Amino acid sequence: MTAVAIAPSRLRLADVPGVGSLGLRSRRGRTLLTALGIAVGIAAMVAVIGISASSRADLLAELDELGTNLLQVEAGQSMFGESSELPTTAPAMIRRIGPVESAAATRNVGVNVRRTDQIDDAVTGGISVVATEPELLETIGGSLAVGRFLDDALAQVPTVVLGSEAAARLGIGSLDGDPLVWLGERWFSVVGILDPVPLAPDIDRSALIGYPVAQELFGIDDAPSTVRVRTDPEKVEAVRTVLAATANPQGPSEVNVTRPSDALQARAAADEALTALLLGLGGVALLVGGIGIANVLVISVLERRTEIGIRRALGATRRHIRLQFLVEAVLLAAGGGVGGVALGAAVTAGYAASRDWTVAVPMVALGGGVGVALAVGALAGLYPAARAARLAPADAVRPA
Amino acid sequence: MTTIAPAHDERSTNATVLELDNVVKEYAGAPPVRALDGVDLTVAAGELVAVVGPSGSGKSTLLNIVGALDRPSGGTARIAGADVGALSDRRLSSLRARRIGFVFQQFHLLDGLSAVDNVATALLYRGVPRGERRARAVDALERVGLGHRLRHRPSTLSGGERQRVAIARAVVGEPAIVLADEPTGNLDTHTGDEVLGLLRELNEAGSTIMVITHDRGIAASMPRCVAIRDGRIELDDAPLVTA
Ligand SMILES: Nc1ncnc2c1ncn2[C@@H]1O[C@H](COP(=O)(O)OP(=O)(O)OP(=O)(O)O)[C@@H](O)[C@H]1O
Ligand SMILES: [Mg+2]
Repeated sequence: MTAVAIAPSRLRLADVPGVGSLGLRSRRGRTLLTALGIAVGIAAMVAVIGISASSRADLLAELDELGTNLLQVEAGQSMFGESSELPTTAPAMIRRIGPVESAAATRNVGVNVRRTDQIDDAVTGGISVVATEPELLETIGGSLAVGRFLDDALAQVPTVVLGSEAAARLGIGSLDGDPLVWLGERWFSVVGILDPVPLAPDIDRSALIGYPVAQELFGIDDAPSTVRVRTDPEKVEAVRTVLAATANPQGPSEVNVTRPSDALQARAAADEALTALLLGLGGVALLVGGIGIANVLVISVLERRTEIGIRRALGATRRHIRLQFLVEAVLLAAGGGVGGVALGAAVTAGYAASRDWTVAVPMVALGGGVGVALAVGALAGLYPAARAARLAPADAVRPA
Repeated sequence: MTTIAPAHDERSTNATVLELDNVVKEYAGAPPVRALDGVDLTVAAGELVAVVGPSGSGKSTLLNIVGALDRPSGGTARIAGADVGALSDRRLSSLRARRIGFVFQQFHLLDGLSAVDNVATALLYRGVPRGERRARAVDALERVGLGHRLRHRPSTLSGGERQRVAIARAVVGEPAIVLADEPTGNLDTHTGDEVLGLLRELNEAGSTIMVITHDRGIAASMPRCVAIRDGRIELDDAPLVTA
């Protein structure tokens, strides 16, 4: 008898998907539940990334619109811890800095505003009466909900413009019927109501009157408590460094210079930290899903001992068996991954819609979601596949 | 009776398909079990051999070695010219894929697949394209008289039908030898006789077949009978009971 060469066992590439999916197709319920484990993990991660990206995109768009070139100059504390004042000349001096586009001073008047004279003096409603200049509106990037802002003429007479929050607290929603307010023991007529000003939330809670009328009726002096400065966007830092000395040459250290948009930027950064945390939680869910796949496949290998034996008897090599179970794990995870990405994107879209954001799910989250699922599936499949391949064919076909 | 494919060239010559020389199989344990204890056996192409023996005598162990599912602990076993003891797991797999067909007592069909696909799976690991696999599977099922059950799942077939599907799967690749371990063990007498009749027909058409049984009556009705006891060949080529 001569030894004959026998062609090796061979599984066509085209047959791999069919062989690898057979176990999934014949156990639909289990397949669905196992894939769901992965889907939940992937959906959680995609939703976290999507929602935080949408939120950040919204915040940055808002910042973009508001501009990061608004600076705020305030009187700080003197060396002796007393609260100091800005010099009367500060606004004029600041306007003289080249890249400054506009500047406006404000000063708390120290009187109360109420809806009528019948309400107790002590009830302020948290609204400050603030004297300001007509340039304020442009400088803070504000807009009017109704009416008009103070101009040079209105600044001379008892007229008031209400911040959005102040108007709400006073119960004034429109200018119908020419509303009046009781301000510092005088009637002032309301000529305008502002929209909310994201970069100057204190203005929202203020009743704004002109400097001249404040001086005439309440005797305040000219020295401002705050000067808001809008600069050339390219020269913000340059202006910032000279602002204190310009505002108060005698005591630059008694001046605080801040940039209100920093607070919004800080919020975006804080979102990122939270995102990392939530992403970690999504990762844990995914890990649990992966362990679920491994677990189900290990059980499946035990149950399918006979199938493995049959395939081995029909000529499958260890490699073919290992491949079959690996493909099964990867297909399972891929199904879960695609479902999870779709679910995560849907959750993001729903949440963004409820917040009036534009949806911004990064492509890397979508592709990455499926990719991570595939990797989890392959990893989860390694051990069960190795176990399946290790079964001795003679043992596997023997009746249990 | 349905038509049966003509014998292929390997069978037309009287080539040796199987050659066991002093084969020993020992299973580890305390004490170790010597399931085969020096078996010499030669089977030529075209033979129909019955292996008979009481439970635990080593019949299945012998079939595992002849079927390249296991290697002997001693001696040499040559199947279709290949020395089973010297082959790697990968080469044993190719031997099974291309030279051996199995029929099991428990049928061992894949539940998720139709009759055709079960039969076609015998050609899957030979790299035969799907269309050709199917076509040949349909032929094989027609040969065993199941042309009307192609799309049926195993769970919707009777025991006899399932065993016919299994036989179709064993012969579809025209292997050098078909090994059947108690093929009638789970069937009633009548159905069992039909299955044995089918194996005889396939043998007459050229297939080399080894049938394992513990039924002496069945063994005696075969052209050649090998009796095994305690891992040794007790009798060869001599019917034990007069039929
Ligand atoms: N994997 C194994 N490990 C240990 N012992 C085994 C193994 N397989 C078989 N044996 C032992 O080898 C001996 C022969 O077993 P075998 O299965 O070949 O018998 P058999 O003739 O097929 O019996 P039956 O008619 O009951 O199927 C028995 O004593 C059995 O317990
Ligand atoms: Mg047995």
